[in-house]
Amino acid sequence: MAVSVAARSTRTAGIAKILRERKPLALGAALLLIIVVLCVFAPLFAPYDPNKLSIANRLIAPGADHLFGTDEFGRDVFARAIYAGRTSLMIGAAATIFASVIGIALGLVAGFFRRTDVVIARVIDAMMAFPDILLAIALVAALGPSAATVIVALGIVYTPRLARIVRASTFVIRELPYVEAARALGVPTWRILYRHVLRNLLSVIMVQATFIFAYAMLAEASLTFLGVGVSPDIPTWGTMISAGRQYVGQADWMTVFPGLAIILSVMSLQLVGDGLRDLLDPRLRKDL
Amino acid sequence: MTQMNAEPMNPVPASSDAVTLKVTGLRTHFRIGSTIAKAVDDVDLTVRQGKTLAVVGESGSGKSVTSLSIMRLLAPSARIIDGTMTFKRRDGSVVDLARANNRVMRKIRGGEIAMIFQEPMTSLNPLYTVGDQIIEMIRLHETISRADARSRARRMLELVEIASPEQRLDDYPHSMSGGMRQRVMIALALACDPFLLIADEPTTALDVTIQAQILELLRRLQHEMGMSILFVTHNLGVVAEIADDVAVMYAGKVVEQAPVRSLFKMPRHPYTKGLIACIPDPARDRDETGRRRPLSPIPGSVPSVTNLPRGCAYADRCPLTVDKCRVESPPLIAVETLHSTRCWRHEDV
Repeated sequence: MAVSVAARSTRTAGIAKILRERKPLALGAALLLIIVVLCVFAPLFAPYDPNKLSIANRLIAPGADHLFGTDEFGRDVFARAIYAGRTSLMIGAAATIFASVIGIALGLVAGFFRRTDVVIARVIDAMMAFPDILLAIALVAALGPSAATVIVALGIVYTPRLARIVRASTFVIRELPYVEAARALGVPTWRILYRHVLRNLLSVIMVQATFIFAYAMLAEASLTFLGVGVSPDIPTWGTMISAGRQYVGQADWMTVFPGLAIILSVMSLQLVGDGLRDLLDPRLRKDL
Repeated sequence: MTQMNAEPMNPVPASSDAVTLKVTGLRTHFRIGSTIAKAVDDVDLTVRQGKTLAVVGESGSGKSVTSLSIMRLLAPSARIIDGTMTFKRRDGSVVDLARANNRVMRKIRGGEIAMIFQEPMTSLNPLYTVGDQIIEMIRLHETISRADARSRARRMLELVEIASPEQRLDDYPHSMSGGMRQRVMIALALACDPFLLIADEPTTALDVTIQAQILELLRRLQHEMGMSILFVTHNLGVVAEIADDVAVMYAGKVVEQAPVRSLFKMPRHPYTKGLIACIPDPARDRDETGRRRPLSPIPGSVPSVTNLPRGCAYADRCPLTVDKCRVESPPLIAVETLHSTRCWRHEDV
């Protein structure tokens, strides 16, 4: 027991040290934390009901009453932005999880069992050949627009990215002596895949998943802006920008703030991803 | 599974002629495109209980493929096409490893036949502590609580002479030296008290003093635990240190098998003789005036296993070659009870 407590406290100290030494990672993580907390606890932070119409207050510029101004129906843009963030983050996260689960499974199988690789690798290549957004539009068009189909479509679009990197890393790890040693000691294949291959890939997967999260949020906004994404009635950063487009000349805050929200969240995710990549690269890591 | 005691775990029976593993007529071929590589071609080996059989040969002679065939850990392009490998299991039954199904093989691997490899630096998973890996291994083969497995793991580390084993259990492999990691690998391999340990060049990557320690350790553990060892190496010096019996491999065949003493004293195959002559010997390698004599290498190189000559594979390099050697491959000829050779001219060697 004493050992594990000690281990935990050194681990916490380790994280503090890491954040002190790696400023971009710390900045990204802090930014991401703020955005996530604001969005998840939106009801606590929203000064107004995000859907309350108030024609008298329409298109008010940002100021003391309305931090980010109001939109064409007099709704508070700040309240809407943090509520919209819930949907945008949720769609990004769900698409990332979808892509991760399928991508990891495909990548592991293709990388570990040579016979399946021929087929899986070709499918991955074929999917990678499509432009992301185009493929997503086609999928949403085929499935019908809704939050769920956007998640599935983006999940499918980003699956090959993860599958490819997992497959390539599995190729390397499969040949490592400790995998052969594990087999020589009678470890069953599924256990080798989980304990010896997948666990060694976690850092690679985490880094890639962070980037995919960022791409997926951007793509969701693009799809919605193009009108093939989430229904315009649901506030997302994409629908907000799309709605604000008509008023860009007179009320640029309607597009600027949701746009800023996308930029900041994508940037924070990229910073975290880059930071993690450096941190988890065994060649750069001295401590453990 | 038997309990681990301080006493020998597989007591050597009165008759030391008991055989742990008998390989007969093993052929393992690789298919690369349309060419077939006869990596192992008609190999016979006998590993006696509680004894060490060293398999010696140059790179590409088929010694590693032989050990991987026994473990059935061959690459997908390789196939055991013929031969039997009779192994006596813990429950007393006899199994042919060439035909056993995968479930049986998985039980045997680690539990009854264990293997250690050449690369101690990378044979352990960097993500888990040494203790975790030994405990995983024990619990895979036996129904035993984590605490019991841990105390067994600690005793195993003690057994392989690792200082402060309790602390070392919680260490990661990266904090250990190559020699220590090889000790851990040995602990891992022996944790389930196997009958046969296959050691594939376990000392090649280590420096000479550590090599000697590991060999000494293996010898002591064999004495205490009573397991047989199949020791794959290219180093005849190591063979002299550790082996009871020796099989010399050349181009996929065993060209000579004999007890270690008679092999060194009276080699009956020109290749063995050549190998022995290759060992540098400071006394012999200087002439009367103290000047260095050149070493005596074997001319030429091992023929490719994809394109073996019709007769004896060694004929092109052999000083004793006669016409018959190039036409007909010699069978394994018994020259003494335990000593056999694959040479037409064994009497002239």
